[in-house]
Amino acid sequence: MGWEIDPILVTLVLVNLLLLGGSRLVTCIRLVAVQGVLLGILALLVQVGWSPTRAVLLAGGSVLLKGVVFPRLLSRALRGAEIRREMEPYVGYTPSVLLGLAMLALTVWVSSRLTLPLPAASHLLVPVALFTTLTGLFLIVARRKAITQVLGYLVLENGIVTFGIALSHEAPLSVELGVLLDVFVAILVMGIIVHNIREDFDHIDTDRLASLKD
Amino acid sequence: MVSASIVGVLAGLILAPLLGGIINRVKALFAGRSGQPLLQPYRDIAKLLRKGAVFSTTTGEMFGVGPAIGVAAGVVGLTLLPLGGSRAPVAFSGDFLLLLGLLALARFCIVLAALDTGSAFEGMGASREVAFSALAEPAMLLAVGALVRATDAQSLSAAVGAVWKQVWQPSMPAAVLVAAALAVVLLCENARIPFDDPNTHLELTMIHEVMVLDHSGPDFGLVLYGGALKLWIFSALLAGVLVPVRCGSPWLDAVATVIGTFCVAAGGGAVESTMARLRLVRVPQLLVGAAVMAALAVLLVR
Repeated sequence: MGWEIDPILVTLVLVNLLLLGGSRLVTCIRLVAVQGVLLGILALLVQVGWSPTRAVLLAGGSVLLKGVVFPRLLSRALRGAEIRREMEPYVGYTPSVLLGLAMLALTVWVSSRLTLPLPAASHLLVPVALFTTLTGLFLIVARRKAITQVLGYLVLENGIVTFGIALSHEAPLSVELGVLLDVFVAILVMGIIVHNIREDFDHIDTDRLASLKD
Repeated sequence: MVSASIVGVLAGLILAPLLGGIINRVKALFAGRSGQPLLQPYRDIAKLLRKGAVFSTTTGEMFGVGPAIGVAAGVVGLTLLPLGGSRAPVAFSGDFLLLLGLLALARFCIVLAALDTGSAFEGMGASREVAFSALAEPAMLLAVGALVRATDAQSLSAAVGAVWKQVWQPSMPAAVLVAAALAVVLLCENARIPFDDPNTHLELTMIHEVMVLDHSGPDFGLVLYGGALKLWIFSALLAGVLVPVRCGSPWLDAVATVIGTFCVAAGGGAVESTMARLRLVRVPQLLVGAAVMAALAVLLVR
């Protein structure tokens, strides 16, 4: 099992690192889409053993939402805005990648000390899940544009899903579908908010919203 | 009875300039030209060795010594270099650090020779070369470190010899990451295209080339040969990882790796024909990326 899913997990890690080091917003949106598709494949590979219908349903839904619908929504929010790149992030790109590596080392260490209620499909699954979650958090904190923060939120959610995959037959189907629906609504709302911020202020820098006073 | 490892060193000494010829032929093929003969690098070196040299009055001792040390370090490095499963003539625990040190020594002496000319222009090239290698060396060290950690071997020969059983089979992603990091370092250290254009003679763009502008005649021949040896060392190391043919017979392993080395050179030529040079500010990002890939491989192998 580990032999089949390890390449996917490593690709997930590489996508995270690329997200940390990438400045083009279009590329970042595509990377998050790729991550969603990879997660779908991962869920399929891990779960197909014990309930094929459920696994196919969940993986299909997740791939459709994260690989097609979300990128469309985000690209649409991005389209009118005259920005192509995340300029002047709080933490630069090369330091971000290096910090990402430090986070990865940290998660490997933490998960080696973590006792799970049941064995994960691969020894990499838990560190990758934690690392993806941390990457998402980092993107939310260290980037300036609203759209990158939305992407960070998506990556964060991807990390939690990965963690769920590690222990998946514990969570009932309705919960997982509910999570997908929640994320869908969240991205929809955030897309509209980004759009409205841009309409009103001609930029989507969240730090400049701090000076707004009513 | 000649052992395969000695022949490996001789093959490196003899075949090293051929790699440059292969790269040029592949580039010519991509561009639709017939290109220079495969053996052109040998002719260049032979021609330069026969010529006289011109020395600027500002140069000192180091100017002449630099290229010679560069070649000497390359030759010593070859004796540490395993060709696939066939062991290097010299192998001891920690020898990969010596190999990296020798490569650094060669670069250091070339840089000193460049600074010795007193030209601000060469100083600029030297500064760039050193800045890039400061980022490339950690990547190289991490990549080799991942190999050594995965195979639990102390010497480079043992690590490369066990690369199939101990790296590819248990953890294929780690092997791919190591190979990718090594490939990036190869392109950077040998001044190939995404980092430096070996054909350019435009003042502001060249890096390695600018350091050796003042060398002429035999000195320049030695610089070229030293560069070829360095390219051979990196390519053979990469081929040792990428071509994990370990059939037990050192001769067959070595031949497979030599063919792999030629393929690596051809791949380098293909990269060079299809890619543009990176902007100078992007270069550190790519090198850090290589270091991160190698570090990821270190974390992956157990």
